Amino acid sequence: MLVIRRDLLDEIVAHARRDHPDEACGVVAGPEGSDRPERFIPMLNAARSPTFYEFDSGDLFQLYKQMNANDEVPVVIYHSHTATEAYPSRTDISYASEPEAHYVLVSTRDSAETNHTGHEFRSFRIVDGVVTEEEVQVVETYMFAHTGADDVPDLG
Amino acid sequence: MAVTVSIPTILRTHTGGEKAVEAKGSTVAEVIEDLESRHSGLKDRLLKDGKLHRFVNIYVDDEDVRFAGGLEAPVKETSTLTILPAVAGGMR
Repeated sequence: MLVIRRDLLDEIVAHARRDHPDEACGVVAGPEGSDRPERFIPMLNAARSPTFYEFDSGDLFQLYKQMNANDEVPVVIYHSHTATEAYPSRTDISYASEPEAHYVLVSTRDSAETNHTGHEFRSFRIVDGVVTEEEVQVVETYMFAHTGADDVPDLG
Repeated sequence: MAVTVSIPTILRTHTGGEKAVEAKGSTVAEVIEDLESRHSGLKDRLLKDGKLHRFVNIYVDDEDVRFAGGLEAPVKETSTLTILPAVAGGMR
C-alpha cells in the first residue's frame, strides 16, 4: 500500500497537467527504510515526448547524489500517461529498476477514470517484470497514518 | 590502487548487499572485468553485446561515460564510478 500526503499527490497531478501533452516525471524521496514519501522532486522529461519519458542522465546523477547525502531513497517514482490509462506499459516494466519504489502513474487523458484520489492516480510495484497494483491511501498528515514522522504522535 | 564503485539497489544481489565495492582498472571496461571476477553476473547486467546496456548509466566521478569515451573512458585511482539504472518509460 502507498500512503501519501494529499499535498504531495496534488503536486504530482499538477506537474502532470502542466506538462501535458508531454509526459511528466519525477520522484518523491523519503528517509531510507521509512517507505514514507516526503520530498517532491519534479524532474525534466529529457525526451520531451507525449509517449516517452526519461530523466536526463546528468539530472539523474545529481538526484541520486543528493538523496545519498540525505539518506533518502526514491519512495515514489511517478510519470504521466497523456492518452492512455494509468497502468504500466511494456516500456515502463522493462525499465523499472527500483524494486522497493512505488511506481505511480497519473493519466491526463480526456476520459480519465477518476478514483477515490480525485484523479486517475494509481500505484504499482514492479519487481522482476511483474506488476502488482496496490492500494493508495491519501492522508492529510503522516501524524496519524502509522507511517511515522510529520511530526510524531500515532500512539496505539 | 582501487576505484570505488557505487552499486544501485537492483544490482546489490551481486555484491552481497554492499552499496559500494572496490575494483581495479584504468578504464571503465577494465573495472567491469575486475568487478565480474569477484561479483559474478554483474557484467551481464551492465553490458549487452559488448556495449553499455541501454538501461544503464555509468558515471566516472560526475561524468556520464556515454559522453566521455564510453567503455574506454579513463578511470583514475581516485575516481568514483557510479552505476545507476536509467529512469525511463512511457505509454508505448
